[in-house]
Amino acid sequence: MSDNARTDGGTASTKGPDASAGALSEVDRYRALLYLGLLGVLTFFLIPIESGLVTSFKTSGGVSGSLPFAPPTASTFTLEKWRTAFDALGRGLINSALYAIPATIISALLGSFAAYGLTQSDWKPRYKAPVLALFVAGIFIPYQAVLVPLSQFWSMVPLQESLGFLWALGINSDYVGIVELIVTHVAYGLPICTVLFRSYYKNMNEEMIEAARLDGASIRRIYRRIVLPLSGPMFAVVLIYQFTQIWNDLLFTLVLVQTESSAAAPIVLILAGLGTSLEGQDFALRMAGAFIAALPTLAVYIAFGEEFAEGVAT
Amino acid sequence: MTRNTDNGDDSGDAVPDGGVTDDSVARGREGSGFSPVAALNERFGSDFVESSQFWLPPFLLVALFVYGAIIWNLLISLTDFRGFGTPNYSDLDFEMYTKALADSGFVDAAINTFILLLGFTLVTLALGLGLAILIDRNIRFENTFRTIYLLPMSLSFVVTAQFWAWMFNFNNGVINIVITSLGFGRVAWIGNPQIVLWAVMFALMWQFAGYAMVVFLAGLRAIPDEHYEAAKVDGASTVKMYWRVIIPQLKGSTISASVVLMVFALKAFDFLYSLVGGYRPPNGADILATKMVREAYANLNWAYASAIAITLFVMTLGIVGPYLYYQYNRGNL
Repeated sequence: MSDNARTDGGTASTKGPDASAGALSEVDRYRALLYLGLLGVLTFFLIPIESGLVTSFKTSGGVSGSLPFAPPTASTFTLEKWRTAFDALGRGLINSALYAIPATIISALLGSFAAYGLTQSDWKPRYKAPVLALFVAGIFIPYQAVLVPLSQFWSMVPLQESLGFLWALGINSDYVGIVELIVTHVAYGLPICTVLFRSYYKNMNEEMIEAARLDGASIRRIYRRIVLPLSGPMFAVVLIYQFTQIWNDLLFTLVLVQTESSAAAPIVLILAGLGTSLEGQDFALRMAGAFIAALPTLAVYIAFGEEFAEGVAT
Repeated sequence: MTRNTDNGDDSGDAVPDGGVTDDSVARGREGSGFSPVAALNERFGSDFVESSQFWLPPFLLVALFVYGAIIWNLLISLTDFRGFGTPNYSDLDFEMYTKALADSGFVDAAINTFILLLGFTLVTLALGLGLAILIDRNIRFENTFRTIYLLPMSLSFVVTAQFWAWMFNFNNGVINIVITSLGFGRVAWIGNPQIVLWAVMFALMWQFAGYAMVVFLAGLRAIPDEHYEAAKVDGASTVKMYWRVIIPQLKGSTISASVVLMVFALKAFDFLYSLVGGYRPPNGADILATKMVREAYANLNWAYASAIAITLFVMTLGIVGPYLYYQYNRGNL
């Protein structure tokens, strides 16, 4: 329940139907309808997930021979699809973590720097607004608009050669795509990180920073001693938001890693082709794969739902 | 240099360990020579140079990777680049754009993009607003409802496309099972070009209604209780109260939610690619985003793909431009 001022058990609500005008039973009927509506929508939200979950535990015969939302029976239950999906997606889990975690941390840090620099400076609005506008607009630009030059750019950077020492260590040279993904996701994640941090820093305690400034602290010292230690809650929001976005994105991985047979293929790329073929589709396998790929972001969401919602709503 | 004297009192003497900055500001104050730092600070604002060590590196990264890339993309779209070697930048023309206008596949994709953009955004806003209003009426288990409504938003398009490929399955999908049990005939949700776009819209709404709800909920909670009470004192019914008093105050939430939803609609590429496991979406569901990627990475028509990308970018600007203007007027930039 929220600790909102309107939380008063319902019947005497300032927003509910006029409690004094109607009989209690009318209010009850109204509340019952309200919950019925909410539960109806809840079913709508849960059915695709529920249907996917039960299907992932069925044998091929069980998938075609039973209702899509009915749980498997003893004779149609199998863990085989989960095992197959895990074999196919296991390395993808590691590959995704290899770029999603560093890219998340770096973009959050740089976003915090940028936001701090922009809130600190009291430079003239007519110069500041365009810079901010470029950051804000950057959030909305579709990846398609930069895909071709991005491919061109990475084909011109001699990463393959300059990372030769990694291949000498026995790391597959496909992993050059992982490095490209880190840099790319940092660059495209920066606008949203900056905007999220800026909305936080704008409302931060002015006086403390002003006092430090009068005491002669440099801009760097103020960041290190005051702003950064106070940024914890916003870092949680930004890290969670960015991790979800980067982990879930398909387009950049498709372009920078290209094939799901690559040793460095991220999990979304493998999942996108899993269980789809010309001969037919293995839906049980697709569902099991979907749950494995969703596990990390689902875990983050269940553990930090509040922070996730805050990042999303800002 | 005497003009620099009024500069120091803002920031100069308050930063002992600022290195070069302080020295030059100090020098400027004494009038002992030209200081580029002081000149820049005077032109742009008191701590422009100092603060730029924080904002400039990220800004350059964004400027190069995002905006530099768009300009580069525009250049490539004026060539006839096919993906081999480097584009020939010496012979630029608008051939790819005239080719696009003559390509019925492009026109269809553009129309589909518009339908998806508008339809998805309107339907999702409506459902999100409805949910936010229901949830805001002092219900029990508010957190549980909210958590579950928002849950699909944490999932990848690739994941939700798997669920919906199964929901829409012709023979054994949930939707067809339900409607046949009600006495209707089966529908080829993905296979029928007339229907597939609406099916996709429905699935995307499922994924993003929770997002719209969260944004509207934040907007509703920012409206003071007195507004509800005033409407009640005036004898307005609940419906009238929301329609006349409350919803008009949600303009800000509506605008920001719309912009974000439209951008997600443009990102629907991930969903369509995963629905079928390849570059070609179901017939009737091709949008500019899918056509662009297919032309570049399956057909190797790189210059053509760039022209489609620029079209998409211009459409995005048409949405984001007014939004930025709105934010600027509210003093948020």
